[in-house]
Amino acid sequence: MAQIVFDQVTKRYGDVRAVDDLSLAVGDGELLVLLGPSGCGKTTALRMVAGLEVVDEGTVAIGDRVVNDVEPRDRDVAMVFQSYALYPHLTVAKNLEFPLRQRGVPKEERERRAVDVARTLGLEPFLGRKPGQLSGGQRQRVALGRAIVRSPKAFLMDEPLSNLDAALRVQTRADIVALQQRLGTTTIYVTHDQVEAMTMGHRIAVMDHGRLQQVAAPQELYDRPGNSFVAAFLGSPGMNLIGGRVAVEAEGGTAIRTAAGDVLLQGAQASVASHHEQPVVLGVRPEHLRISPGGALEGTVLLVELLGAETQVICELADHSRVVVRQQADQARPRLGEPVRIAVEPAAVHLFTEDGSRLEEKTAA
Amino acid sequence: MPAEPVSDAPGAAAVLPAEGAVPRPQGAAPGEAHRPTPRAGRSRRRLRLVARYLLLTLGALVVLLPVYLTVVNSLLPEPALAHQPPYLYPSHAQWQNYSTAWVGGHLSIYLRNSVIQTAIIVVGQLVTSILAAYAFAFLRFPFRRTLFLLFLSTLMIPFEVTLITNLDTITSLGWYNTFAGLTVPFLATGFGTFLLRQAFLQIPRDLQEAAALDGYGHWRFMTRVAVPLARPSVAALAVFSFLGAWNQYLWPLVVTGNNNAVRTVQIGLKLLVGTNVSSVNVTLAGTVIAVTPLLILLIVFQKQLVRSLTAGAVK
Repeated sequence: MAQIVFDQVTKRYGDVRAVDDLSLAVGDGELLVLLGPSGCGKTTALRMVAGLEVVDEGTVAIGDRVVNDVEPRDRDVAMVFQSYALYPHLTVAKNLEFPLRQRGVPKEERERRAVDVARTLGLEPFLGRKPGQLSGGQRQRVALGRAIVRSPKAFLMDEPLSNLDAALRVQTRADIVALQQRLGTTTIYVTHDQVEAMTMGHRIAVMDHGRLQQVAAPQELYDRPGNSFVAAFLGSPGMNLIGGRVAVEAEGGTAIRTAAGDVLLQGAQASVASHHEQPVVLGVRPEHLRISPGGALEGTVLLVELLGAETQVICELADHSRVVVRQQADQARPRLGEPVRIAVEPAAVHLFTEDGSRLEEKTAA
Repeated sequence: MPAEPVSDAPGAAAVLPAEGAVPRPQGAAPGEAHRPTPRAGRSRRRLRLVARYLLLTLGALVVLLPVYLTVVNSLLPEPALAHQPPYLYPSHAQWQNYSTAWVGGHLSIYLRNSVIQTAIIVVGQLVTSILAAYAFAFLRFPFRRTLFLLFLSTLMIPFEVTLITNLDTITSLGWYNTFAGLTVPFLATGFGTFLLRQAFLQIPRDLQEAAALDGYGHWRFMTRVAVPLARPSVAALAVFSFLGAWNQYLWPLVVTGNNNAVRTVQIGLKLLVGTNVSSVNVTLAGTVIAVTPLLILLIVFQKQLVRSLTAGAVK
């Protein structure tokens, strides 16, 4: 076990900076999720830890050792690939033994450890089978087994669940979390699935365009997104973002004036009054909006999505931007095309500048 | 007394039909036609199958008849060869034709030489093709693409074009009338490199990276993972190399001179014509001896050969 530290790491492909000045420390025994859309640089960052990509600038350290110039085999990390990367011509047992063989582990010891790992992962009945004869879930477990069999300093997981069906994914992610907790091995887990990130990570590092956007515990990331990208990316669906201007009302209150109506601010948020007339982005999560006759925003119902326990109402505002309102399934559902008013929960409003960074509210203290 | 079938046993209605069994509609007698359309479709399919097999049989006949006639004629006495209509089977097989060819034509020596020459070429081509193909598929080095195109371009040069140059080189190296002269020009092959490179490119890059993390360098990855995974193509290349080397005629003819110690069986067959043991049936017996190793090889490896040739052609 060891901590992993990225220090001002940059990776370029031609003119493109795939990873741009990344500084991030993954604690000893931590499960850190690297989250972001396709092409955000998360897999590249992971591969630099594995030694499969060369670091152009900065340093990557595993434990106390900078590993920029260390061969992948000498870094003592194990990687689980999206494709599982199992050796198709070898049986499950031989696949599990493969990493040990090169390290000079005696045959009996290799076999014993392979059987131990197989037992842990419920793979014992399949030891004699080849990967082609296994289901997707079983292959995924073999890939995990191959990673844990040699007790590495760190696990690197590159979207290991993306080839599984939805039900199996839910079960397997719980299995991985339990396994990681039991082994206590430092783990970097790459995914573009924010539900996976929220449910698995001790902390989540959100990346976009090669840059680290925010790193925090899942709930903190959801409750206090550092910028509008994180706000919109996290959550299903993400936060609604509505453009507007800060307006100080005649009565002394502060509001955000949008094309669809004025949203009054309360409490700490109202401290943005000093930004009078400045353009801002109002962020509010779908569960903090509701359709109500006295609502501040005016819109038209575009689509109503029934999700069983709840309903998502997608509305178009006057400036043609769209917002999603989440309501309980038992609440009255508006009709398509119906003009509605949408109320905003004032305490749940987030404010961002035009360039996306969070407008820090001044607390009364 | 045989046990009663399950379906007739009491309570059999609860028994589920076996997997793949087609349930019969209630009240319908076995064999009764319920829907005419599937039956018409079935007979059409059967007709198409019969036509296909007839065509294949005809093709097989066209290919096999000359081989069969060669075997028949190799077993006939010489006067019987001119018989009209020709004999389609030997009533009294003349096995001594084979011993005459074997002993009088020195076929045992020539066969041994062919085995040595072919083995060297096959092993040589496998080794060089695997190494070159691995480099082209997995290593990154300057001018990789250009070099590969250069390799490919050698496929377009007929061997005859290089014959004189090769002979000149071999002679100046002092390899005339030696196995080295017979085999060295064929130890590398553009075709083999191309075939194996394509096979190696099918191996996911993740496997190489996983192996690198597991501590396997290029050499071990090649021998433990890449080559075993490309086995069908490697086997096909071995068969192609064998066929090519065994059937060589022109190069062994020019490079072996009059040295029996290195002459191959194809040259031996040619020499059989016009010697005192020569007659058409003895020559044919020698031909049968010469092609027998090839036939055995083709029969043993036919699946690998076809699989490799059609690899990638269909999903």
